[in-house]
Amino acid sequence: MKLGGMSRVLLIEDDPAVREGLELALTRHGHRVRAVESGEQGLDRLRTDLPDVVILDLMLPGMDGFEVCRRIRASGELPIIMLTARGDDLDVVAGLEAGADDYVVKPVQPRVLEARIRAVLRRIGRDQAELERHGDLTIDRAGLVVTRHDVPVSLAPTELRLLLELSGTPGRVHSRQQLLESVWEHGYFGDSRLVDACVQRLRAKIEDDSAAPVYVQTVRGFGYRFGPV
Amino acid sequence: MAPSLGLRVRLLSAFALLCVVTAAAVSGGSYVLARNAILQRAQDAAVQAMKDRLETLFPLRNPAPGPDELAVIAAAVTDRCGFAVAAYREARSPHVPLGCRRPDGNPPILDTGVISAEMRRVVAGGGIAWQRVVWRGEPFLIIGTALLIVEPDRTKVSGIEVYAARSLLPEQRSIDELASSAWLTGGASLAFAVVLALLATRGVLRPVRELGRAARLLGAGEMRTRITVRGSDELAEVARTFNTTAAELERHVKQLREMEADARRFVADVSHELRTPLAALAAVADVLEEEAARLPEPAGRAARLVSQETLNLTGLVNDLIEISRFDSGVAALALNEVDVAELVRATLRARGWSEAVRTELPATVTARLDPRRVDVILANLVGNALRHGEPPVSVRLRADQHWIALEVRDHGPGLAEAVLPQVFDRFYKADTARARSEGSGLGLAIARENARLHRGDLTVTNAPDGGAVFTLRLPRLAHDPDGGPG
Repeated sequence: MKLGGMSRVLLIEDDPAVREGLELALTRHGHRVRAVESGEQGLDRLRTDLPDVVILDLMLPGMDGFEVCRRIRASGELPIIMLTARGDDLDVVAGLEAGADDYVVKPVQPRVLEARIRAVLRRIGRDQAELERHGDLTIDRAGLVVTRHDVPVSLAPTELRLLLELSGTPGRVHSRQQLLESVWEHGYFGDSRLVDACVQRLRAKIEDDSAAPVYVQTVRGFGYRFGPV
Repeated sequence: MAPSLGLRVRLLSAFALLCVVTAAAVSGGSYVLARNAILQRAQDAAVQAMKDRLETLFPLRNPAPGPDELAVIAAAVTDRCGFAVAAYREARSPHVPLGCRRPDGNPPILDTGVISAEMRRVVAGGGIAWQRVVWRGEPFLIIGTALLIVEPDRTKVSGIEVYAARSLLPEQRSIDELASSAWLTGGASLAFAVVLALLATRGVLRPVRELGRAARLLGAGEMRTRITVRGSDELAEVARTFNTTAAELERHVKQLREMEADARRFVADVSHELRTPLAALAAVADVLEEEAARLPEPAGRAARLVSQETLNLTGLVNDLIEISRFDSGVAALALNEVDVAELVRATLRARGWSEAVRTELPATVTARLDPRRVDVILANLVGNALRHGEPPVSVRLRADQHWIALEVRDHGPGLAEAVLPQVFDRFYKADTARARSEGSGLGLAIARENARLHRGDLTVTNAPDGGAVFTLRLPRLAHDPDGGPG
C-alpha cells in the first residue's frame, strides 16, 4: 500500500491504443502499471503481481468484465474501478452488483482516473484501540477488521469505508451526496447508484436479513443511517 | 357535429316539404273532385226527383190555387213534413200542412224567408234554381221550380212556385269522411316520409360521420385509421379514396420516421465508434499538455492544440451520445430528495462560479430531482450567461407547492426576438461568427431534454430591462415509477 505515491495498477483493457494511452498516463502519475488485454491474463497476473488496484474494461473478448469482476471480488478485497462506455447504464448497474467499487466513463481524463484510484486506495484509519460493538457486529477501527458473530467478514475497501463512515456516527442520517463526497470523493454530483449498490452488497455481508436491515437502514427520501441496533 | 346536424336538418326538411306538397296536391285535389261529384250527384238526383213528383200533379185543377191547394202541391213534392213550400202570388202553402206534424215540434224547415230573392226571381222567370244553405246547423239543398203551363204553341209560366229542401247531411258525412281520410292519408304518408328521410339521412350521414372521425384520427397521428367500405355508391368511393390516401400517408410517414431513426442511429453509432480512439487520445492529451512547455516550438504549440482539441472533441462526442440517449428513450432519472439551494451552490462551487454569480436562494426548498441532470442544466445556463451575457449574472429560486422555478439571468442586451424560439435547437448558434470552441452547440438542447425528462420545462425570454432570462421549471415531486429509492 503506497499512499499518495506509487501503487501497483493492473489494467485490463482490450483496445491496444486505449491500453497504451492509459498505461502512459498512469505511469506518468507515478504508478507501476501492468497492462493486459484479456480477463484471463488479468486473473493470472493477480496472483503473481499482487496489484493494489484493478482497472477493468467491461467489454472484453473471451471472459467479460463482469465475470472478471466477480472472480476478483470472490478471491479478495482488491479495489476495482470499471471502465464503462458513456450511457451504458445497465453496464454500470451490473458492474456495481458484480462488486466494483467505482467506475469511470470512457473517454476518461487521466486526472479523473487518478483521483478515483487515490480515493479507493485511501483508508480511514483512526487510532482507536477500543473495539466497537454493535449487536453481533464488532468493528476494529485501527485494525480495519469487522467480525460478525466473531467471524471475520471479508469486505471490499469501499464497503468497509462506507461501514466505517456510517457507524462513526450511529443514528445520524447521511445523504447519498454526503456519502459520495466522503467515501467515494466524487463531489456533490456523483452517481448515487454507487451508494445504493454498495449498501446492497454491504447488507448482504453483515445483515441477518438484507430485506429487513438492522445495521444499515434506509431513511426514505434522505439517505442511510447506522442503527439503532 | 354541427355540420352533419345541419345536413340532417336540411335533408329532413326537404323530404317533409316534398311529402306535404305531394300529399296536399293529391289528397286535396281528389277531395275537391270527389266533393263536387258527390254534391253534383245529390243535386241532380234531387232535381230529377222533384220533377218526377211534380209531373204527377198535372193537370192542375186550379190555375190560381189557394193555400190548401198549395199545401197539396207542397206535400206532393216531398215526403218530409215542412220540407217544401209552394207559393202563388201572395199565397203560401201553410207552414204546417194538415195531418203533418214535425215529430220534434220544431218549426218547418222551409219557408219563403229562407229563400233568397235572387232564387225567387229565377224561379218566377220559369227556371229551375238551387242553392245550398245551412239551416240550424244542417246543410240543405233548396231547389226551386215553377210549374209551367204547356200549350200547343207555347209554354207559359203558371205563377206557381214550388220550393223543396233536401238535407245534405249524408253527403256532408261522406265528404267529412273523405276529408278525414285525406288528412289521415296525408299524415300517415308524412310520418312515413319522415321515417324514410331519417333512414336515408342515417345512411348518408353515418359514412360521413365515420369519415370525419377517421380523418380526425388520422390528423392526430393514428396512421392506421381505415374505414370499412360498404356498398358501391359514391360514399363508398369516397371511403375507398380515403383508405388509399391514408395508406399512402402511412407509408410516407413510416418512411420519414425510418429515415429519421436511421439518421439518429447513425449519429449514435458514429459517436460510439469515436469513443474508443478518443479514449486513447484523451488518455495521452494530459501527457502532451504537461510536456508542451518542454517541447521546442512549433511542437509545443502543436501539442497544446492537440490536447485542447481532444478535450473539445470529447465534449462534443459526449454530448452527441447524451442526446442520442434522449432520442432513443433510454435516458432515465435517478431521483433524490435534495435541498435545491444546496444543489445550486454545489454547481457553482464545483465550477468556481460562486463569486461571479449573485444568488437568491430561499432555504429549505426540497424537491425530488436527478441532481446530476439539474447540475447539467444549471451549468449550461450559468456558463452561457457568464460567457455571452454581461454581469451581473443571477440565479433566483422560487417555489410553490408543486413546482420550483430557477431563473438564470444576465444583464446584457438579451437575445434577438427572432432567435428566441430557436435557441434550444441542436447546433443552433445565435452568432455564426462565434468561436466554435465555446461549446458543442448541443448544450441548450440537452438542457431542455433534461428538463422535460423531469416533466418540467426550460424557457427563455428577455427581461423588460434587458438581459436574457432562462427559466427552469421542475415539479417538486417528479414522476417516479419505482416509488423512490428503497
